Amino acid sequence: MHEMSLAEGVLQIVEDVAQRDGFSRVTAVRLEIGRLSSIEPEALRFCFEAVVRGSVADGARLEIVDTPGAGWCLHCSETVAIGALYDPCPQCGGYQVQPTGGTEMRVLDLEVA
Amino acid sequence: MCTTCGCAAGETRIEGQALEHADEHVHADGTVHAHAHHHHGEHDHHHDHGPAYRPVRGTDHLHYGHGPAGAHVPGMSQARMVKIEQDILSKNNAYAAQNRRWFDEHGVFALNFVSSPGSGKTTLLVRTIEALKSTSRLAVIEGDQQTSFDAERIRATGVRALQINTGKGCHLDAHMVGHALGQLGPEDESVLLIENVGNLVCPSAFDLGEAHKVVILSVTEGEDKPLKYPDMFRAASLMLLNKCDLLPHLSFDVERAIEYAKRVNPGLLVIRTSSATGEGFDAWLTWIADGLAGQSARRSQSMELLRSRIAGLEAQLAALKA
Repeated sequence: MHEMSLAEGVLQIVEDVAQRDGFSRVTAVRLEIGRLSSIEPEALRFCFEAVVRGSVADGARLEIVDTPGAGWCLHCSETVAIGALYDPCPQCGGYQVQPTGGTEMRVLDLEVA
Repeated sequence: MCTTCGCAAGETRIEGQALEHADEHVHADGTVHAHAHHHHGEHDHHHDHGPAYRPVRGTDHLHYGHGPAGAHVPGMSQARMVKIEQDILSKNNAYAAQNRRWFDEHGVFALNFVSSPGSGKTTLLVRTIEALKSTSRLAVIEGDQQTSFDAERIRATGVRALQINTGKGCHLDAHMVGHALGQLGPEDESVLLIENVGNLVCPSAFDLGEAHKVVILSVTEGEDKPLKYPDMFRAASLMLLNKCDLLPHLSFDVERAIEYAKRVNPGLLVIRTSSATGEGFDAWLTWIADGLAGQSARRSQSMELLRSRIAGLEAQLAALKA
């Protein structure tokens, strides 16, 4: 359920920028959500539609850029692809993998009118 | 709408005192409020409240919600791209950074306790407090959706505790904790125990400014929980495997639970505990004492640094006068 808080976080960022840069309508919001982040993109999409109603971003298109998961395997000493926090290293099968990519949850940019 | 949970009228309260919108607004029950923003509290916890996140105390609500949707400046007609590249949690993280700075300046060792409901967090805290209260300064922040039962259990130990009710919210955030600090005023070089809402999902994403998240997994739960809820085990520094006195009656596989937790977080420390028998408490209390000592040392260092900077500035001033 914290997707609702996160959707509110997105809207706060959008509204802060709208006030700062002086625009009245946002037509698209682009987010980067990593596969290893704690966000469920579909839940976020649902919440986003709800929270932007009546705001500067009412009706805005939500684009989600999906970043693949990556981690540093201590055993192999190299960056490997992982699909989840509990995935083993695809090369050595070990679990000494520190996530290094795919944990992002950022607002990348806005399309404004 | 409430920022915490999306409910129409925020229900977050700190000890019956509430935060509200600064502007006039109508609650679901039809009440209309118009309040100014006001802080209580005895310490210098400052943070910048944006218009969209403004709490107010002194009435029967603590409301985290929208401010005005924004002074929209018309004029831009052509579509254009605005680069932002800002973390979605940046607002919470900024409040967390303020809390953390305050903890560092005051030598407060803050721990954020997270777990499923029913893992034995409050009982573990009570035993921890009983063991520490004669030698350490302590304060507790309790987070629950409703009731102040937990804060009352803590107060029964003689230690100060503040209850935050999140209403329909599923986690504490750094802003709520900042306000709680204002009201609770933890002593310098003390241990602050923050018991989060019982929820193994949402609290993992919200930094409160704590030194560490401590995740509690009880042996009456499944040993596969670290794999089912990896975010929380990833976010924690220490796992207390609790209710270990019940192991003889259960088929819980301790080694497997620890292995699963370390798959998610190879650096996770694990201590087996029981609030009933005191098992593991020596290691647990030592871990707290080490953390507090580190935090106190950090405070002295930063005070030392400040003193030397003041001395340097005074020397410069004297040189200028001469």
